[in-house]
Amino acid sequence: MLAKLCKKAFPRSLWIYHCNSGACNGCDIEILNVLTPYYDVERFGMKLVASPRHADVMLISGAVTRPTLPLVKKAYDAIPEPKIVFGIGSCAAGGGCWFDSYHVSGGADKAVPVNYIIPGCPPRPEAIIYGVALALGLVEKKAAPVELKQVEFPVDMYLKNRAWEERNVIYQLLNE
Amino acid sequence: MWLTSKIKQVLLVLKAGVVTLRYPFEPHPPAKGFRGQPVWDHHKCVGCGGCAAHCPARTILVRDICQDLRVLVYDGSRCTYCGRCADVCPEDAITMTEQFELATNDKNDISSTLELFMLTCQRCGRCYNMETTNMIDRMDLRGFHYDNLELRVPFPKATERFDEAMLEESDRYRRPSK
Repeated sequence: MLAKLCKKAFPRSLWIYHCNSGACNGCDIEILNVLTPYYDVERFGMKLVASPRHADVMLISGAVTRPTLPLVKKAYDAIPEPKIVFGIGSCAAGGGCWFDSYHVSGGADKAVPVNYIIPGCPPRPEAIIYGVALALGLVEKKAAPVELKQVEFPVDMYLKNRAWEERNVIYQLLNE
Repeated sequence: MWLTSKIKQVLLVLKAGVVTLRYPFEPHPPAKGFRGQPVWDHHKCVGCGGCAAHCPARTILVRDICQDLRVLVYDGSRCTYCGRCADVCPEDAITMTEQFELATNDKNDISSTLELFMLTCQRCGRCYNMETTNMIDRMDLRGFHYDNLELRVPFPKATERFDEAMLEESDRYRRPSK
């Protein structure tokens, strides 16, 4: 649904504003790596811009710290509609190791609405390209929730124990 | 003069060829030893909770929903893929796969849940009582044996402006120590 909307809303080149909200610089280096000729995200028409007023997409890296929280909100408001927000790295996706620290708001989604998250510490450049391609509808989503259950025992332990107790003569004598 | 230099440049470029990866259309597997999404083998897992106790991001939660059922929840959104859970697992039930294409629009897509059947006492039908074990074992258990994550968060909300009351509160706050 969102991918179709993206195709309609962003028919041409996406311009990207990169917002560091207290990241360790690992994710930022990977974002720059994506723009190099080896990975070359510019073949999809993407380009880094310096001002949020020129941008369609916002990349947030880093858990949003207390000093940067109002600035991130301001930058988000400055981007013209329609806009997509990517949370890049584990910090932006869910807060990372600092999700419950006093000086961190716990992930980019606590500050601004995040459309797509790209986990990884830092994510590979391929992972970032994959996330961008997912937003554009070029690839299919591969992640799915996993639910595992151990094989349940065929005999109910409680019933078995009760049957054993009832069969035992000593318990009858004790009850009397 | 400038023409010869241009021809030289073209020849250089032709020699190098195309270096750009055709990544989203062709797979590009990571190098050996890459740590991607951790995967649990629920047949090997004994439910000791060592992974939860060692996780730096505290993204693995262990909770006992009833006497002989233990649920292990892994929330991948804040996992840093450090691989410590796979290191400490005594049964080698956790493997770090090479799956890195985890970008989603829903946080629940990268979580996994394990339901473990815990062995109960043959006599009383209950799990082994941890309160009667020795003090050292109990100290080890305190690391993961909590049920409500929200209660452990000292300051669930951040303020936009500098807040003196919050500063006072954070001064008084001490991390629980053993």
